[in-house]
Order: sequence, then C-alpha cells, then structure tokens
Amino acid sequence: MRHILILGAGTAGTVIANRLSRRLRSQLRAGRVNITIVDPDPVHLYQPGLLFIPFGESFRERITKDRRPTLDRDVRYVASAITAMDPDSDTVTLADGTRLSYDLCIVATGARLVPEETEGMTGPGWRESVHEFYSLEGAERLGYALDCFVGGRVVVNVVEMPIKCPVAPLEFAFLADAYFTNCGIRDKVEIVYATPLDGAFTKPVAAKSLGHLLEEKGILLETEFNTGRIETRAAGAPADELDGRAGALVSWDERRIPFDLLVTVPVHKGAAFIATAAGLGDAMDFVMVNPRTLQSQRKPNIFALGDAANCPTSKAGSVAHFQAEVLEENVVRMLEGRALDAGFDGHANCFIETGHRKALLIDFNYDTEPLPGMFPYAWGPVPLLKESRLNHLGKLAFRHAYWNRLLPGRDFPGIDAKMKRSGKRMLQTQD
Amino acid sequence: MTTLAAVPRNAEGFLERVEDWDRDIAREIAREAGIPELSDRHWLVVNYMRDTYIATGSAPTIRTLGKESGVQVKELYALFPKGPAKLAAKIGGIPKPKGCI
Ligand SMILES: Cc1cc2nc3c(=O)[nH]c(=O)nc-3n(C[C@H](O)[C@H](O)[C@H](O)COP(=O)(O)OP(=O)(O)OC[C@H]3O[C@@H](n4cnc5c(N)ncnc54)[C@H](O)[C@@H]3O)c2cc1C
Repeated sequence: MRHILILGAGTAGTVIANRLSRRLRSQLRAGRVNITIVDPDPVHLYQPGLLFIPFGESFRERITKDRRPTLDRDVRYVASAITAMDPDSDTVTLADGTRLSYDLCIVATGARLVPEETEGMTGPGWRESVHEFYSLEGAERLGYALDCFVGGRVVVNVVEMPIKCPVAPLEFAFLADAYFTNCGIRDKVEIVYATPLDGAFTKPVAAKSLGHLLEEKGILLETEFNTGRIETRAAGAPADELDGRAGALVSWDERRIPFDLLVTVPVHKGAAFIATAAGLGDAMDFVMVNPRTLQSQRKPNIFALGDAANCPTSKAGSVAHFQAEVLEENVVRMLEGRALDAGFDGHANCFIETGHRKALLIDFNYDTEPLPGMFPYAWGPVPLLKESRLNHLGKLAFRHAYWNRLLPGRDFPGIDAKMKRSGKRMLQTQD
Repeated sequence: MTTLAAVPRNAEGFLERVEDWDRDIAREIAREAGIPELSDRHWLVVNYMRDTYIATGSAPTIRTLGKESGVQVKELYALFPKGPAKLAAKIGGIPKPKGCI
C-alpha cells in the first residue's frame, strides 16, 4: 500500500486530491494506494468572493461550503491541523499528537496572514479603523466599517510581497471608488493606494495600464512605500501628528500617511510547521520547490503547490489549478519510478474588477508578462488588459465554475496549463 | 578601470551580467541613486547580498537581510532609502530580487 498524504484542503489540495483520486481510481479501489487529506477547517472558503463582502455584494453563505462534499468519495478526510513535519522520517504530527506517515506528501497549506509582524497593526485600532479583507471575519468587519463611513481618507495598503492575488488590493481600491460614488459621497472621500512596489503592479506593462486606471478614478498612488509601523490614536500617538485622524501608516523611511480607515494586506507566510521542518521552507516559510516540477528541494518524495510553494509566479487559484495538472502527472510518474515532467511554466491568469460592473483580464507566465490583446477562450475571445463588461461577467461566473469544475479537478475547455501566446500583442517591456 | 557606461544594463538600471561588476561600478550606481559615498555599513549589506546571490542564485529578502546581514531593518532603510533590497541588489550588480510578484 502506498500512502499519499495531502496537507491542506483549500483550492490546491482539493483539486489535486480529486484529480489523483480519478486518475488512480482502480488502484485506490484495489487497496494498492490511498489518499488522505488533512485540514482543520470543516468549511471550504471561496476566497475570490471575499472581495465583494465589504461592499455588501456577497455574503458568508454564498462563498462557503461544507468541506467533505468538495472531496472525492475515495479520499479520506482528516479534520485536524498539522503541527509538525519531519521530512527525515516521512511523518507529520497532528494537533492531537497523532502521527501520520506517508510515502509521498503534497504540501498545500496555502499562505497565512501574519498581521502581528507589523508593529502596531493589531493594536487598539485593529478591526476598528485598521482592517483587512483577506479573511472572512476581516471582510465582514470591514463591511460594517464601510456602512458607517461618511467621508475622510481611505488608505489601501500592501505591507510586503508576496501576497495572495496581488491584484486584489487594487481591485478593492477600484471597487471602493465605485462604492463611494454610488453612495453619493465620493467627493468627501480621498482614496490612497500605498504599495511597496515601484508601480501599481509587479509587471511593467500591466502596471502602466493599471496606473492609468488609478489616475482616471482619482486614486492617489504612493509607490515604494515600505510599511514600518502603524500608529493609531488610541495607542497614545499625539493627535497633531495624526492630523486628527484615526491613525497613520508610517514607512521605514518615515513617510507618514494619516488615515481615517485603513484597508491593509498584512504580511503573508507559509504554515508554521514549515518553519520548524529544517530545510523545507524559505525565509517566509514557503516550501522551496523546483519551479517547473514542484518537487521539494529538501526531499524527493515531498511536493508543494498553490500558495504554499515558493514558485516565482502569482499566488492565485488559477496558478494552483495549472500546477495541479503538472503535479498529477508527476505523482503518477513518481509512483511508477519514472522521470518527472518539468512542465509548469508559471502560468497565471486573473480577472481584475475595476468597478461599475467592469473588469479586465491578465494572462502571464514565468517568461511573458501580462500583455494586451485577446484571450482565446473556447466561447469567444475576451479582451486582455482592457476594461469590459464581459470580463466582469466572467469574474462573476467564475464562482460557479470554481465549485463545479475547478474544485472537482475537471479541465476548462480552452484554458491550458501552458500559457498560449496566440492573440497577444507581444510588446517590449520598455514600451 | 571599467566604467558604468561601458557595461550593459536593463531598463531599470540593473547590470545584465553579474561578472561585469566591480567596486567602482558599485560606487557609480550608488551615486546615480543618490548615495554619494558608500560607508562600511553599505558595503556590509552590498557584499552580503552579492555573496548570497552568487551562492544560492537568488537575492535575500529584506527580512533575511535584517536578520542575517548584521544590519537592522530600520538602518537598512536609512542606508538605502526607498527599498533596500532592490537598491542594494542594483549596487551589488545582481538581478532585481524576485520577491515582487
Ligand atoms: C481576497 C482574495 C481574492 C482572491 N481573488 C482571486 C482571484 O480572483 N483569482 C484567483 O485565481 N485567485 C484569487 N485569490 C487567491 C486564491 O484564493 C488562492 O491563491 C488559493 O486559494 C490558493 O489555494 P491554496 O490551496 O494554495 O491555499 P488555500 O486555498 O488558502 O488553502 C489552504 C488550506 O490549508 C489549510 N491549512 C493551513 N494550515 C494548515 C495546517 N497547519 N494543517 C492543516 N491544514 C492547514 C487551510 O485551512 C486551508 O484550507 C484571492 C485570494 C484572496 C484572499
């Protein structure tokens, strides 16, 4: 009997579990292989839906589901947290002390938010004037704060890269602009976007398009802003320093941005047990893997995918989905003693909500940055890097596709793990 | 002595080839970025960055720099305003750190 153990049943863990279960069906039923997946949370959260919660455009029940039915029948689900991993003895320890051993382990424990890493973030203003929307609780609390907001300065901030879905904070800023416009108070609200990057996005061509959109919408962009600490009034900072506002974001080089409402994206790290499994993770506790095969650099029978892996591409559900195709193949090859497939090219694509029921789409990989043009979908081309209503509908339709196609591990017609160059206008980065 | 003008750089001003670097080039890039003189503390960071890159193939993050280079994060920002990891990498002649995706 070969034991395949999957750590974490979020997007990545669920997709790979279901794909492997289908691929290895006969061996599973014959008792030659088993697949176990471990996750303490009995509820699966559709994270892209979090973006809409603060604006009252979605709600808890719409973006959560019981975990068990999202997993194939032949996959054993253990509702517990992993507290330690020992790559030398091929075992993991659960919260109740139980040890599970494996022949092949797939780490899919995602990224966790670590707001405590930033001085002052979880101080007295936390969830009062300082908010985040990357957790369900945070998104809901931010929703209440927006309901009560009558005007002032809203600062949207990314503390440090990498973060999940690097466009989500930008989308939040765009949606906030539309929200305050619809409320009739846009003229009383100043929106500032403060990022550690030197532009609106990491990749130059997209940064340009997105920068223009910020300008059009009157959102102020503060680049190369490296958050050092957050001061909130309750914390005893003198009111004059804060211009009478609720708090201030202060950079390491002492630039200050006072705010009435802060929407921050806290530091992300991998799961805590990765930090204590020597040699497994990098400085941020993301598993060090070969970016093309997803095999751990620490030990050959360990793989990682999704946000937990340190691949130099975006941390996004779409990436987890593309990686799963390559990883499914590699697990089978490893079980059969064959050489691994180095097929993952870093492919990522995402819709970017721009407010007023429009969105744009970007598509890129390790070697090609997001480019304008058309995306060759099976049901017709979709414009890239350009706002359109169709893209917005695509983003909304994605929730259905997520539960019904992506999680069960089915392929999407026309969307391949490998990025397509057709339809894209190839530009020089300098353009 | 090599001069900065003679070595290929990318659009953002990073050297194309790690081997083109020397200490004079480093000083020139620093001046261009508004650091007139590189102090011992600057060199500590630049050398650490460069050594790590050459040994591991990737540049350390701010976090690792703060923990292991012997220079605290706060001082890093004082030495290299507006993003120490990026600027120290540029001065050290290595590619822009990948942490930015
Ligand atoms: C606001 C927001 C908007 C987003 N929008 C998009 C989008 O539009 N498009 C897109 O493609 N992506 C988007 N994403 C990103 C996407 O949700 C993630 O990249 C994706 O969920 C990654 O999947 P994962 O399985 O690696 O991690 P997750 O889905 O986060 O799953 C990790 C799982 O591991 C479990 N776990 C953690 N620690 C342990 C432990 N110690 N033991 C056991 N289990 C553990 C957790 O309970 C969780 O279930 C968005 C994310 C956010 C926050």
